[in-house]
Amino acid sequence: MESQFQFDWQAAINSIPFLIKGIPYTLMISFGGLLIGFALGIIFGLLSINKKWFLKWPATAYIEIFRGTPILVQVLFIFYGLPDLIGGPIDPLTAGIAAIALNSGAYISEVVRGGVQSIDKGQSEAGLSLGLSRTQTFWSIIWPQAFRRMIPPLGNQAIVSIKDTSLFSVIGVGELVRQGQVYIASTFTAFEVYFVVAVMYLAITLSLSLILRLVERRGLASV
Amino acid sequence: MTQIVQMKGMNKYFGKLHVLKDIELSVEQGEVVVIIGASGSGKSTLIRCVNGLEEFESGRLEVDGQALAPKGGNQQALAEIRKEVGMVFQQFNLFPHLTVKKNIMLAPMKVKSTSQVVANATAERLLERVGIGSQADKYPSQLSGGQQQRVAIARALAMEPRLMLFDEPTSALDPEMIGEVLDVMRELAKEGMTMMVVTHEMGFAREVADRVIYIHEGQIVEEGKPDDVFDNPQNERTQAFLSRVLVR
Repeated sequence: MESQFQFDWQAAINSIPFLIKGIPYTLMISFGGLLIGFALGIIFGLLSINKKWFLKWPATAYIEIFRGTPILVQVLFIFYGLPDLIGGPIDPLTAGIAAIALNSGAYISEVVRGGVQSIDKGQSEAGLSLGLSRTQTFWSIIWPQAFRRMIPPLGNQAIVSIKDTSLFSVIGVGELVRQGQVYIASTFTAFEVYFVVAVMYLAITLSLSLILRLVERRGLASV
Repeated sequence: MTQIVQMKGMNKYFGKLHVLKDIELSVEQGEVVVIIGASGSGKSTLIRCVNGLEEFESGRLEVDGQALAPKGGNQQALAEIRKEVGMVFQQFNLFPHLTVKKNIMLAPMKVKSTSQVVANATAERLLERVGIGSQADKYPSQLSGGQQQRVAIARALAMEPRLMLFDEPTSALDPEMIGEVLDVMRELAKEGMTMMVVTHEMGFAREVADRVIYIHEGQIVEEGKPDDVFDNPQNERTQAFLSRVLVR
């Protein structure tokens, strides 16, 4: 059959007001999740390099479990599975934020671990030799340097997590992809709508890349 | 005279490797002790034990009246010792994210709760003293190696230590910068600072040391006044070592 397809610009433009309603959800899930994920990443990343086994092992288990299973399975588990356990429903937005938080938290833990371990041992020796406690040495000498090195991989993780939220259409959060699916159900303009959806993701991730590059440049200038 | 460092029958192992063997050593207040020896002889490990950067397995170590226990015991004493003992490293180990001045101000403000105003004044005075007063607001990476090492000395001095440890302070420097660092150390010695110096600079050792110690495979095999050790070494190990390093 000869394809008669022609890109319908009008249909694409018409879909924008409806699709754009998904952006706040996409951003809310991404950045809400990433914020909590960052906190989890610091906590579990630091625990995973602790010498005490009862701190190290649980942290390592958390990291391996959430890195080693698909985020789609994780969010389905949280949304459909967890209510059985806690005896009440979880709203899709909360489930989405929780999934991004737990999943990015595992990856950010590894970023934190790598960042901290990349700092030369001489730095902590210098701090300790000056009389600083281990805690003081860590927070005023190691962490600021490690954090600077963590910025590029953290940015990378943020972009991955933003894209991961697209999977959450399956639990019915009104994010970008979900809005697109709903719109297509009544207009049958799949090509145009998914094209606009893709452009919107790109707009978000490119803005983030740009901001990160500026932050990085500023951070490196002083080292 | 008061003894500031006392080591008695101190032993240290890295795994199976016996790196320090029955070390007997004491350092008097105001004394400059230079430790020489081939690389891997244990001389760096020896001074790193003094401020607890290395643990030891048996024996006794007392620093400034505080007794350190083997295997990193007695953390309380260790904390006290580190406030009183400054250290200068081969690789400088300046904090790259802080300006030169902030490098010097950090420890007094964090450890002794010195006010910012006082810490700032101290930093400026010390930078002047090591001859780099004009570089205070630069970052370490913007300085030459010799300047960085002088900042590192100033940073240690800011804690007003009673003892300074120098772990091969000139080994990572370009030859033309060694002199400026040794000059600062010479000044310090002249002012009466107690110093333990690990170095390959034999000229400096001969000129500044009150006592020279030669370590071979973790053992002190010779010690004495620099002229005696250099001109008339008793132990054949020392003779062999000196004939290698003093040839030039």
